[in-house]
Amino acid sequence: METDILTTEGTSCFHCGEECSSDAIQVDEKPFCCEGCKLVYQVLEENDLDNYYQLQDQPGTSQLGSTARKRFDYLDDESLLEKLADFQNDHITRLSLYIPGIHCTSCVWLLENLYKLNEGITQCSVNFLKRELSLTFDHRQTSLRQIAELLNSIGYEPDLRLDRFEKKAKTRPDHRLWLKLGVAGFAFGNIMLFSFPDYLAGTSTDLDGTFSFFFGFLNIALALPVLFYSSSDYLKSAWAAVRQGGVNLDVPISIGIMSLFGRSVYEIVLGIGTGYMDSFTGLVFFLLIGRIVQKKTYERLAFDRDYRSYLPLSVTIVDDEEKEHSISINKITEGVRMLIRNQELIPADATLLSDQCFVDYSFITGESEPVKIEEGDTIYAGGRIVGKSALMVATREVSNSYLTKLWNDAAFDSESKGMDVSSLADRISPHFTLAVLAIAMAAALWWLPAGAEQSINVFTAVLIIACPCALALSTPFTLGSVLNILSRSGLYVKGIEVVEKLAKVTDVVFDKTGTLTRSDQADVTFKGDILKKQDKEMIKSVCKQSVHPLSQKIVTFLGGIPLRPVEQFEEQVNKGLKAMVNGHHILIGSASFLEEQSGGSFSDQEISGRAVSVVHVAIDGKWRGWFELSSMYRRGIPELLSGLKEQFSTYLISGDNDQQKQELEVYFDKESLLFNQKPQEKLDFIKELQHRDRRILMVGDGLNDAGALQQSNFGIALTDNVSSFTPACDAILDGDAISMLDRFISFARKSIHIILWSFGISLVYNIVGLSFAVTGHLSPLVAAVLMPLSSISIMVFTSVTTHLTAKKMGLAAWK
Amino acid sequence: MEVIFMLIGFSLLVALIFLALFFWAVKSGQFDDQHTPSIRILFDENKPTQKQNSSTTNKKDQD
Repeated sequence: METDILTTEGTSCFHCGEECSSDAIQVDEKPFCCEGCKLVYQVLEENDLDNYYQLQDQPGTSQLGSTARKRFDYLDDESLLEKLADFQNDHITRLSLYIPGIHCTSCVWLLENLYKLNEGITQCSVNFLKRELSLTFDHRQTSLRQIAELLNSIGYEPDLRLDRFEKKAKTRPDHRLWLKLGVAGFAFGNIMLFSFPDYLAGTSTDLDGTFSFFFGFLNIALALPVLFYSSSDYLKSAWAAVRQGGVNLDVPISIGIMSLFGRSVYEIVLGIGTGYMDSFTGLVFFLLIGRIVQKKTYERLAFDRDYRSYLPLSVTIVDDEEKEHSISINKITEGVRMLIRNQELIPADATLLSDQCFVDYSFITGESEPVKIEEGDTIYAGGRIVGKSALMVATREVSNSYLTKLWNDAAFDSESKGMDVSSLADRISPHFTLAVLAIAMAAALWWLPAGAEQSINVFTAVLIIACPCALALSTPFTLGSVLNILSRSGLYVKGIEVVEKLAKVTDVVFDKTGTLTRSDQADVTFKGDILKKQDKEMIKSVCKQSVHPLSQKIVTFLGGIPLRPVEQFEEQVNKGLKAMVNGHHILIGSASFLEEQSGGSFSDQEISGRAVSVVHVAIDGKWRGWFELSSMYRRGIPELLSGLKEQFSTYLISGDNDQQKQELEVYFDKESLLFNQKPQEKLDFIKELQHRDRRILMVGDGLNDAGALQQSNFGIALTDNVSSFTPACDAILDGDAISMLDRFISFARKSIHIILWSFGISLVYNIVGLSFAVTGHLSPLVAAVLMPLSSISIMVFTSVTTHLTAKKMGLAAWK
Repeated sequence: MEVIFMLIGFSLLVALIFLALFFWAVKSGQFDDQHTPSIRILFDENKPTQKQNSSTTNKKDQD
């Protein structure tokens, strides 16, 4: 029996790379793991699209999991299409679809050749980072539904979610910043060119009068668009701040901009000098570079998702004539009968009409075991049906359901969050502005005896040279590098403005299920008879047929052994599996299931205390032993927790029961372990800590943590697949990187120190510049050298120091 | 030296043309997606002739 294994070992699907069972489907001498993959291959082959397989080996996504065909008939709804489309006229529709499956070169190629598969599509292009497909199609020839079905059939199911429809306003990317930068750069370069003779000549009077005049007015003409277009954001923001009686960083910058421009125009018009237009445009140019760095975000990640992202777009309903069709979930009203299939989410609170069903509420509560619901019981939205499909009648609309209530909490009022902490630079600004104004006044007074003109000259010179360009650049450049470095290590932070919050946390709160432990894997041990390789293969083959989480975990545990054909497979939800493999009768499941099926007795086994679930196995009626499954902690968790405990107060709030309390008491104080917490209770707990003036870092994963993540000062959503759905948060953390959490926090702290250091450097420049200014020696040349020099050296200093610090801390500094 | 006026005029004109080109490039979306074009350049327009040998050699290393 052992020999036939060798021949089948190492066969992987030509389409998706999944391992195949020994009865792999063979087409053109290529193995396929399932009908789905074969079908995709054949479609592509027929249409001469097999280039797909040459750009990358096994580029496809497995079709094995996609059990029921998705239904897209709700896409025929005109009003829905209208919301989705970017542009529509009488024959053409243009829209973008989010396709999470895009992952490699082949995907891009295939999707951009989609027009070969559907005549109606006139144009298609992919944005890889956003995982987005932009389509233009002729809606007289084809429909969105057909395209969605086509995409689904080749393994790129478009992800259509409710929140995407409602936030359609911001479709066009903002180009203005780039254009402003372009204008500033253009003016900067040309003005430098025109000012060059002056640099060499030293004073303007040496130059021919007409030229001087000509260049001067050209400079003004070039600087005007920079003032009114490029620097408009700074001026507006400063004006808004002043009107509200505050001072932000843009105030001193605007003072600098205004005095540079005003002084230059004054000098040029009166013919007494050449002005500082080169410094002025250079300043705006560098500031805008800082802005662009600051604006960088992870476009493919969404940090502001709410409950609507979790819900499907459509649901199958059964109408009065017992006909099934799917409608958009917005249209669910009280009394609609919904048919929810295996693994589908329940969109609205409902009452069960079927006899019974099993619902997995792990999404909302964190409890991983499915719950049994009887006819007439209430089912809450957000639950996932496990096993047989269920018919239910909606009792509330989607927006009034239990799941969505959490979002009515004040924590989700976006105004209440974010305003509490202004950035370091903004806090310094009032003092800085005051100091500069004081120095300028003092210097002006000092020079007053030498004449009003000289006094004004010195006054403006101080304002010019003290313009906090470096101050404005150090934050975006330091934190921009920090964001890059953190993302390379697996932490994707929402934007640079929240890094400071990460640096200032005092308490760390963890969720348990899915955060400290892995929800998809478990510590599995087998006890009982020693299993032969053949037995393992049979058990794996049977478990692979089932979608139950425990079966999946056993499959993962048994690892890469070949599969065998399974016959007469039968699954009883939450009880067990029954099947024939190679003529052997296999039973896998709970003790009572095995007793019921085979008549033996298994009740008195010694099960160790740690085990969360136990799965028994019997082959040919003979009991062979049992699998013990307990939740598996992520790698590095013990070290992380003991490390964090030294620096922070740590807490654990879990929606699960307290089975693992003893184990966890090693890492947490007794009173900081909380179990059986509902989402609202988690949120309230964070609130209470904050009332005691603590700043909270919350790490969670599911929808049940959404409230707590939102309420905390810095919410980290943990996920094993970065492009999958996460609750609204400040940062998304790759599950494998959680062991580095303490390093991330101290890196954020160090980055704040780097910003302070760079403030120090810019202070030195300012003192040098001011000494020129107050002594009345600030020539345009000195300004033209000093100002870009300080900007560039700050950029270099901050990025180099940040990267060196990261390297020293063992974070991935460079690619 | 009056030729300078003309030269400056021309140089500004050229610079303005470049600025206009930059505006066009930004507005036509060339700065929106800076990653996908680097993938797109790998595609061969015409179908490769040899079908089997390149793709079946190494099995299990995607990405």
